[in-house]
Amino acid sequence: MSRPVQFNPKVKFQGIPEGYMGEGFMATSFEKVVSLARKNSIWPLPFATSCCGIEFMATMASHYDLARFGSERVGFSPRQCDLLMVMGTIAKKMGPVVRQVYLQMAEPRWVMAVGACASSGGIFDTYSVLQGIDQVIPVDVYVPGCPPRPEAIIDGILKIQDLVHAEGLRRRNSDQYKELLAGYGIQ
Amino acid sequence: MSQLTNEQIRVALIDQFGDIFTEWSEPFGMLTFAAPKDLNLKVLQFLYDQESLSFRFMTDLQAVHYPDRTGEELCVVYHLHNLRDNVRIRFKVYTDIQKPDVFSATALFATANFMERETYDFFGVNFVGHPNLIRVLNVDEMDYFPLRKEFPLEDQTRVDKDDEMFGR
Repeated sequence: MSRPVQFNPKVKFQGIPEGYMGEGFMATSFEKVVSLARKNSIWPLPFATSCCGIEFMATMASHYDLARFGSERVGFSPRQCDLLMVMGTIAKKMGPVVRQVYLQMAEPRWVMAVGACASSGGIFDTYSVLQGIDQVIPVDVYVPGCPPRPEAIIDGILKIQDLVHAEGLRRRNSDQYKELLAGYGIQ
Repeated sequence: MSQLTNEQIRVALIDQFGDIFTEWSEPFGMLTFAAPKDLNLKVLQFLYDQESLSFRFMTDLQAVHYPDRTGEELCVVYHLHNLRDNVRIRFKVYTDIQKPDVFSATALFATANFMERETYDFFGVNFVGHPNLIRVLNVDEMDYFPLRKEFPLEDQTRVDKDDEMFGR
């Protein structure tokens, strides 16, 4: 008598993008395939300076397991990563460092501000702290909380995935995007 | 071993310098006194050299801003430690905020180098004779001294925060 087979009925498959399908082939637009691939293989670059970084460690660990969403590998080189996650208080003196890390990342790149401090300066309404990292780099998703729970960070990642999915291949070449970067003095 | 008492330190200082010291006090048993700012190095040197005193470890150096004390708004405070007898003292000099020149103690204590830079950074005390008096903790572009009382704690450069919502 064999053991009863247990399997996870909650496994969710990514939907097949719209396209024309026939026997042994499928035709769809390149953009849809690329955005599907990008969305489910985001490499985060953690920029953790304080307590939100601890929450991120919990998010990465087995209990909350960020790897479920395709962010299996946390890269520590900005040149390889897609998503800059700024977690924690950024002092004004750290501002140029965050900016430098952002500049080193290759397009396409996304930025997530995790926690109150990275989003707005948080409780540190003081002369030495940057009042939100959006003063030095453009931010895609803000995660509120002080610190946010891992669920909130995961929710932020899912929002980033929605952005990545919806974003056209050529958006990064658009005038609007260039104008945004020029607003930050970035080429 | 004869324990060095606060009274012995006080007598030794008055014997050497006469009646220049003010504000003698002993909060929590720690001898505290002030001297004219021109004599700060002489007093520190005496406390260092005198075998019976030998305060050869500077544990801390910082400043305090007293806006109400006209003519002596800035107070530079030295914390000294005698390691042999394990005795600590606190030594203050006052200076005018319009001309905050105080002699640098870097020649006597190497540790004064960074601590004087920090004090300059936050209070704008100009340490005369310091080899490299530049900002150390704040951004180089900062054009004021943030811990002086006339400057509010909050960041004044922000534009996106509504004062009503942020309770300011």
